[in-house]
Amino acid sequence: MQLRVDKLGVIIAALAAYGAFLAPFATFRANRIVAGEARSISEALPPVWAAIILLFVIAAAIVAVLKTPSSLRLAIAFSTLAALALGIGAAAGHLTPPENSYARVSPASGFWVLLFALGLLAADALTRLRPSPLVRVLFLCGVLGFIAAVLMSGTWDGLSLLKEYAGRADTFWAEAGKHVMLALGSLAAATIIGIPVGVLCHRVTRLRDGLLGVLNAIQTIPSIALFGILIAPLGWIAIHVPGAAAIGIRGIGAAPAFVALFLYSLLPVVANTVVGLAGVPREANDAARGIGMTDFQRLAGIEFPLAFPVILTGIRIVLVQNIGLATIAALIGGGGFGVFVFQGVGQTAMDLVLLGAVPTVVLAFTAAIVLDALIEMATPNRNQVQSA
Amino acid sequence: MIEIEGITKRYGETTVVRDVSLTIAPRTVTVIVGTSGSGKTTLLRMINRLVEPTSGKIRLDGEDNRSLPGYELRRRIGYAIQGHGLFPHRTVAQNIATVPTLLGWDRARIDAKVAELLTLFQLDPAAFGPRYPHELSGGQQQRVGVARALAAEPKVLLMDEPFGALDPIIRAKAQDDLLAIQKHFETTIVLVTHDMEEAFHLADRIAVMDKGEVVQYATPAEMLVKPATGFVESLIGAGERPFRLLAIEAVASAVEPGTAEGEAISSAASQREALSTLLWSGRKALPVVGPDGVLLGKVSLDGLAQRAAGRS
Ligand SMILES: Nc1ncnc2c1ncn2[C@@H]1O[C@H](COP(=O)(O)OP(=O)(O)O)[C@@H](O)[C@H]1O
Ligand SMILES: [Mg+2]
Repeated sequence: MQLRVDKLGVIIAALAAYGAFLAPFATFRANRIVAGEARSISEALPPVWAAIILLFVIAAAIVAVLKTPSSLRLAIAFSTLAALALGIGAAAGHLTPPENSYARVSPASGFWVLLFALGLLAADALTRLRPSPLVRVLFLCGVLGFIAAVLMSGTWDGLSLLKEYAGRADTFWAEAGKHVMLALGSLAAATIIGIPVGVLCHRVTRLRDGLLGVLNAIQTIPSIALFGILIAPLGWIAIHVPGAAAIGIRGIGAAPAFVALFLYSLLPVVANTVVGLAGVPREANDAARGIGMTDFQRLAGIEFPLAFPVILTGIRIVLVQNIGLATIAALIGGGGFGVFVFQGVGQTAMDLVLLGAVPTVVLAFTAAIVLDALIEMATPNRNQVQSA
Repeated sequence: MIEIEGITKRYGETTVVRDVSLTIAPRTVTVIVGTSGSGKTTLLRMINRLVEPTSGKIRLDGEDNRSLPGYELRRRIGYAIQGHGLFPHRTVAQNIATVPTLLGWDRARIDAKVAELLTLFQLDPAAFGPRYPHELSGGQQQRVGVARALAAEPKVLLMDEPFGALDPIIRAKAQDDLLAIQKHFETTIVLVTHDMEEAFHLADRIAVMDKGEVVQYATPAEMLVKPATGFVESLIGAGERPFRLLAIEAVASAVEPGTAEGEAISSAASQREALSTLLWSGRKALPVVGPDGVLLGKVSLDGLAQRAAGRS
């Protein structure tokens, strides 16, 4: 058998080698704020663990460099990632002196580089395998399930990120709830309002250009500025509209954050509805009218189903965008994972920043994969010709 | 019966259809021909009120077509267009079932109708019913388009360049199939085309449109012998006239007494086919046999030459 080299694999192997042998694996700090000391894999782990991790990484690098079957690449990438995940937990136990609750152990650059290199290997292998949407979602569930199991087992409890969490478990879940509410609630509102508006824009050409222009302009306002702009009118409503304050409408807090996210969400939903409807074949529309469908029947039975994948694409853009943007809501007291990020920045406590950032990234990633799968399932494959 | 009375359609300043009056007899095929932009589509779409006329009146079986809502009117009138207009997200069976479903037929009746139509259009219901339009060839899509238009058994079928997207061989077959189906259901068909060959092949009567007006409304034979205007003459094509004239008549009406040598021709063949056979085989006359194989007489080169000159 002739051995051939995979170009991306060379880069992955180089990254992995750097991450494993040159960069530090974990950082040890005597307490939460002092500067950390770097530890390599052999220093951070008991010898057996260090050997296991290095063996996995070397095996993965070899598989990556050579042209190997995608399923093998995927398997070695996932098992090495799992070894790393368990290894970093072991490092925390190994580095923390007994009975010491001030010492902090966190992943260092080498760990992140390895994570990135192996993630790249896994993503590349997955792309080449072209799994069906359902399989992709199952994969996602598997990975999330693994992370959940590791968290539950207490393997990571020694890591500083989890120590930050331990002190804030209650607020963490409260802010998580607010974050999801902000992102999903504003999306739901934008969908409920945006789709009918999109339909209207599609039917009334003059409305379309004006409205899309306004929504476009809103998108260009930076988020902080938009929060600021909203403070005055919402404050006014809170004072002058009876009952408004009672349901939580105030110049600062969740209300302006919600309204801002809603406004940002409108353009992608409306624009994609318009584009989707415009893409419905003219003949299908003409035939639908010609054989006696009412306007509503045509909209519900022909135009909307045909435009649906495009509308769903708009919803995907909005959801991923909102999960990220909701982080900023903390700045005006809107809550969400941003609370930890900004507190962490204030206290120069990197672990606290991560406590806000990591769940946000996981959430956005999950949303993207799930919606991409939904979009693919909703899009008929018109090129695939069935054999007669 | 479709009675079109003084129909006019204006868009702003431009008159697209000008004062058109036609009476279309039941169970016939009427073909509207004309150059592109002459108003054929607009005239056709005023019959089922996809376009509302500026003035004039259209009656279907004596009833004003404005006496019921447009969508209800359209459910009673078949409509098929170029490029078939099938719904890409619905199966062939669902596409055909569209109007019966709108009309609230029960499931069993719809299924039976879909199977009947697919069989009639030479598509196996079990194989083709569950397919999506993109899984069919162009000719099959077109047949499904017509089947969908006929699903609710309309008395009238409107067709706008239905065969425009098909290649010549499939188109000829589709035209023959359409005539067979028209006989079967006794449908009144109004068909728009810019292809004169198609018009002469299908039409009982042809309406020629020029700049929004109907300049001649006549049977193909009348039109060939006495074109009303220079425009009609140029549309027919001066060089094609004798051949078109022979093409629209069957050998049966050109039979002369007597016999001839060689292979016989069927009395159902067109006179043009007879001429072609005569010229190709170098004979002066052919024996003619009826559908039951009985010898009827002969058809001669001289006789056909007389007919081709419009002197029969
Ligand atoms: N909705 C409309 N608005 C303005 N002009 C139209 C409209 N529909 C058709 N026309 C014009 O009417 C003329 C006739 O169109 P049509 O009936 O489609 O012709 P044909 O089918 O014979 O090609 C064309 O010049 C076309 O541009
Ligand atoms: Mg036309």
